[in-house]
Amino acid sequence: MAGHRREKYGELAGPRLRPRDLGTEVLAGLLQRPGRSALTMLGTVLGIGAFVAIVGLSQVASGQIGKQFNTLGATQVTVVDVAAARAHTPTLDFPPNADALVSRIHGVLGAGVWWPIIFQRATVSVLPGPGEQSWGMPVDAVSPGLLPASGAHLSSGVLINQFDESHTQNVAVLGQSAAAQLHISNLANAPAIFIAGQPFTVIGIITGDARLPQFNFGVAIPESTALRLWGLPNGQAAQMLIHTRLGAAHVVAQQAPVAIRPDNPTLLSALAPANLGHLQHAVTTNLNTLFLALAGISLVVGAVGIANTTLVAVLERAGEIGLRRALGARPRHIGMQFLAESTALGLFGGLIGSACGVVTILTVTIAHHWTALLDPRLVAVAPLAGGVIGLLAGLYPALRASALEPAEALRR
Amino acid sequence: MIVIPAPASQIPVIELSGVGYTYHGPPPVQALHRLDLAIRAGEHVAVMGPSGSGKSTLLNLVGLLDRPTQGRLLINGMDMGAAPERTRAAVRARSIGFVFQAFHLLPHRSAVENVMLAEVYADIPRRRRRAEAMTALERVGLAARATALPTALSGGERQRVAIARALVNRPSLLLCDEPTGNLDTVTTGEISELLLDLHAGGSTLLVITHNPAVAERASRRLAICDGRLMEYQAGGRGGGPSA
Ligand SMILES: Nc1ncnc2c1ncn2[C@@H]1O[C@H](COP(=O)(O)OP(=O)(O)OP(=O)(O)O)[C@@H](O)[C@H]1O
Ligand SMILES: [Mg+2]
Repeated sequence: MAGHRREKYGELAGPRLRPRDLGTEVLAGLLQRPGRSALTMLGTVLGIGAFVAIVGLSQVASGQIGKQFNTLGATQVTVVDVAAARAHTPTLDFPPNADALVSRIHGVLGAGVWWPIIFQRATVSVLPGPGEQSWGMPVDAVSPGLLPASGAHLSSGVLINQFDESHTQNVAVLGQSAAAQLHISNLANAPAIFIAGQPFTVIGIITGDARLPQFNFGVAIPESTALRLWGLPNGQAAQMLIHTRLGAAHVVAQQAPVAIRPDNPTLLSALAPANLGHLQHAVTTNLNTLFLALAGISLVVGAVGIANTTLVAVLERAGEIGLRRALGARPRHIGMQFLAESTALGLFGGLIGSACGVVTILTVTIAHHWTALLDPRLVAVAPLAGGVIGLLAGLYPALRASALEPAEALRR
Repeated sequence: MIVIPAPASQIPVIELSGVGYTYHGPPPVQALHRLDLAIRAGEHVAVMGPSGSGKSTLLNLVGLLDRPTQGRLLINGMDMGAAPERTRAAVRARSIGFVFQAFHLLPHRSAVENVMLAEVYADIPRRRRRAEAMTALERVGLAARATALPTALSGGERQRVAIARALVNRPSLLLCDEPTGNLDTVTTGEISELLLDLHAGGSTLLVITHNPAVAERASRRLAICDGRLMEYQAGGRGGGPSA
């Protein structure tokens, strides 16, 4: 009898749900409430969008940081007058021809000495006399080679040259911001300024670059003039900025003190660029970890959104579940239907989110004139990640749906 | 493809022996007490009884939507109370048609799409589904409204769509739980005419109803009270075979 019965059961294979039918049912289920489906996807769209944008932008940004480190750091050597820094009296250990000595080293593109001149109070004014308004802007002594080496951009007039230096001329080059503050824009009739009561002719206006951005806000005068009027460096010691060819910085740093002071190179100390590779790596790794954590949180929020909506749909559609069971659906068919709905929501959300993320990356990149770097793996993986999130989010609701007894479901 | 063996006249379509059902509660409710019942192929059986007497519970057991907590339930001679879920699902898909008081139509699908839903789980090839659904709608006289959404149909029309859905797979057994419970007198008459037609066409019908007019047209009437079943002898047309 038992065998007979089993034979009959065997003939009765369980009902099948074809993949195409499942697809049709899922699509119909999602489209019957398009507004809700869209809102549910929103979490994943934001999560995946944030993920793609954050990861993509951090890649772009780290590429950008790398670029700046490379062009600035790898081509710059600073020679510091360490003896002067230790000395108790004002000292200058750079000879007057230091620029020329260093320029002989192979790989040097430009070099110049500078030091800040320290005054007790605000010193720069447009008119002479103690009663006039004056500004406390920095005043720096520079050798003729410094401004070209720093990469400063001349916006009008000329730079300090060898003639000014050797004849200790009272000439000054203003940074752009300083010029604006002093209301000097036209150099045609040789405007004058007064530094601690001493008259100077303004011969040029510059925009400082990233190497010495402080020159934007200050006044540069010839080294020899500074020495004549105010003596040796009395605050911060003098230093030399050397602009080298890419890759030459380390060799230049080794040779520079000897080239400048063959008699006593230990008076000077050359700072080769820090090993920026390590620094850059550390910075970007930290950023990426933080950003990924944020993106992860937004993805979890998206997953909770899908889980919540799917669970609500299961409860709401209990009648439909009961009907489908009455029509012959097996528990697994019900479960698969809800799982596929949540997976589809995640997948669509992931697709839209990836698109939004890419658009964000492009917008930011273009706005900053950066180079867009996009890992194609990111664009491929992100929508799939959305699908996986939808799948995981749908597991519990699908289990609930498939466990619903048909008679019970029809009563709801 | 239909695998239920064709019932010889001596094998009942439905056979209950000592079937009882208790809702777990709390508190536990014994809704059915040791029922014995046999319904043969081609019978038209009406079940009447007061509210809460256990009619829906009985129909859920016969329709394999629930399992008896006691006794044996045979459909076409096979013990379905103990059968695995996939077997019960297969029997529901191919051999049983349901009509509910609340229609249970999917609101976002047209009449014909609602009918086609029954064909999905009965493994009917996709290309045949629409034609067969249209045939079923023709049988209930609704072919002209095939593309209408349920919300655009009257109560009687909705129930006819539900009946078409129950018929489309040509089940050997049609179960109706108060099919006219939500309908007015005129529409109730139409639906009960339709059920009579189906019975005349050879279907076995088990109809739960509160409506004496609907019950009167059945070939056999059962009364259920407090979970106990008895054959209804008084009056009636033709006097169906008694249990
Ligand atoms: N889910 C449930 N849990 C507990 N008790 C239930 C449940 N469903 C029904 N019952 C009880 O079982 C008994 C039979 O219920 P059933 O729904 O079968 O009655 P019915 O005859 O269909 O009534 P009606 O004519 O009102 O539809 C009732 O006493 C009811 O309270
Ligand atoms: Mg009932």
